[in-house]
Amino acid sequence: MAARDEILAALRRNAPAGPPHPALDGVAAAFPDLLAQFAQAVAAVGGTCLRVPDLAAADAALRALPIHAGARRVVSLVAGVGGATVDAAAVQDPHALADLDLSVLRADLAVAENGACWIEGPSLPHHALAVIPEHVAVVVDAAAVVPDLHAAYAALDLPGRPRWGLFLSGPSKTADIEQSLVIGAHGARSATVLLIG
Amino acid sequence: MSAPSDAAVAAGAGAPPPVHHPGGRQAGPYPGHPAAAARFTADVARAHWHDESLWFVRVKRDRAAAQLPAWERLRELAEQIKAHALANLAGYLEEFERNATARGATVHWARDAADHNRIVHELLSARGVTRVVKSKSMLTEECGLNPYLEARGVEVVDTDLGERIVQFRGEPPSHIVLPAIHIKKEEIGALFHEKLGTAAGASDPKYLTEAARGHLREKFLAAQAGITGVNFAVADTGAVVVCTNEGNADMGTALPPLHIACMGLEKLVPRAEDLGVFLRLLARSATGQPVTTYSTHFLGPKPGGELHLVLVDNGRSALLARDPFRRALSCIRCGACMNTCPVFRRSGGYSYGTTVPGPIGSVLGPAQGPGAHATLPFASTLCGSCADVCPVRIDLHHQLLAWRRELVAGGHAPAGKTLALRVTAWIFASPWRFAAAGRLARAALRLLPRGLVARLSGAWGRQRELPAPPAESFRDLYRRTHGRP
Ligand code: SF4
Repeated sequence: MAARDEILAALRRNAPAGPPHPALDGVAAAFPDLLAQFAQAVAAVGGTCLRVPDLAAADAALRALPIHAGARRVVSLVAGVGGATVDAAAVQDPHALADLDLSVLRADLAVAENGACWIEGPSLPHHALAVIPEHVAVVVDAAAVVPDLHAAYAALDLPGRPRWGLFLSGPSKTADIEQSLVIGAHGARSATVLLIG
Repeated sequence: MSAPSDAAVAAGAGAPPPVHHPGGRQAGPYPGHPAAAARFTADVARAHWHDESLWFVRVKRDRAAAQLPAWERLRELAEQIKAHALANLAGYLEEFERNATARGATVHWARDAADHNRIVHELLSARGVTRVVKSKSMLTEECGLNPYLEARGVEVVDTDLGERIVQFRGEPPSHIVLPAIHIKKEEIGALFHEKLGTAAGASDPKYLTEAARGHLREKFLAAQAGITGVNFAVADTGAVVVCTNEGNADMGTALPPLHIACMGLEKLVPRAEDLGVFLRLLARSATGQPVTTYSTHFLGPKPGGELHLVLVDNGRSALLARDPFRRALSCIRCGACMNTCPVFRRSGGYSYGTTVPGPIGSVLGPAQGPGAHATLPFASTLCGSCADVCPVRIDLHHQLLAWRRELVAGGHAPAGKTLALRVTAWIFASPWRFAAAGRLARAALRLLPRGLVARLSGAWGRQRELPAPPAESFRDLYRRTHGRP
């Protein structure tokens, strides 16, 4: 604890005067059509957004995609969507998910400006489900789409959240070789958002 | 250069013997920015290619920024939040520690790089960990963690593709966001052929990335612990946020039970709502994306797992005392100042000899000790483009100028520069000497052979034509048209 106290003492000793914490105003994004903007943002980050009326339609839309046709090992955390073949709740060690083809996840919130979907711990038994499968599909209600990250954090109440959560925006990607964009770095090679309603 | 560079420290014991790659980091002691830059620019075609690659990223950043009407307001807020956080850092760190601990994480405090490395190694060795995957962290570069762990029998695999490439080459990253920006795809193809058995001569980025994915997937599955950096730590939540596009921080932490996140003290923001401001700025400034693919919030250990947070000072609390340089602690490591800097683009990241290069590195480097990295603040045209793009509005070019003043006053300025400035000051101090010098220069430009004039004008004339001398000075012109003033 000596290091801790020394560091804190030095920080107090050297602290400059600073401004108050600013009010975060004048930054809100506004879009005439929130859902159209969201769909466009998902496409811009390399994902696909499919608008469907209900969960049954989401299931049908997902099954019609090539990523589903080839998928043998599927985890679905949304009842009735995607046809789970692996029971994630029965998996103890996330390493057992290594050869997962598809996971169908539920997002509590989505952001129109950047196409990001908020996926969090309680509705997800393993963090790995968001990153380890070949393909990922995210189910989100149209009513859960907010304009920007400010609205998202206001709705999330992060201090009250357990364990972990992430904003997922499109498929995994890299441009580390001569700035050429390659989709499918370590995580999912495709990200499909099923927007309900 | 009195202090060893971070890069030299990072490449210490345990690192593979230095191999020189074209455009890569040079072996041997760091010779200061002008000499290191001259080596990079000697390959004109490569320097030009490097310049254009970074400019491409800068243009993407401009486009992304222009799409947000609130861009300037966001920068203003980011600057204020950081200034506020730095002024109250001790209190916010205590709040962070309380909240993170309540959520089940363990917080460690490291005075310096040695503390940091020891803490991380003890955590690993106590659990018998010998295989670690690491996602991008400039802090662990700064501390030289990889060679420290490797020397103690721990395999550390950098999992960001660009970092894996430079790790294979035995080099540090040349850029904080684009670690392998100085390497051509054909060179990566040859490297992967040697290390990963890809087809000889193959250089398609998609093919090479796929090979790296397979290779790193094995490393992820075999790892016993994941180490990550931290983009933001949140006081009111105890959360740490890690942003990647590849998903390597998520892969590295989702599988093994142990997650160690290493962060500089300055990563703290007071409230979760502040993240909205910074996440809107970060990826747009870095690569022109609206947000990174994965923005992961760690709010405690996974069930049955452990989360350790290592808070590192390593000179930060001392920098906090220094006006104006303390503002450099607001940096969110987006890399925008590097992409826009005409000197960085042409001289490459290794010409700086520091872990963090470019304009921000030229402010942070000299703060490491009296006379340390003394050539860096002079490696700038002071054009101010860095300050214009900086998402937290650090007045980088003013800071570089302030460093020059300090280095000159402290006797640390490069000798040639000091002499030239002294002569210039002597000439400028007298109207007569100034007028005489002007006459002499105009005559010299007219009469002396080009080669000699170019040599006399120093580095400036090496790749430029000197201007044609005017027939008369402004004074002569004024006297002719208006009479004696
Ligand atoms: S100084 Fe500003 S522009 Fe440069 S890396 Fe830091 S935040 Fe980005």
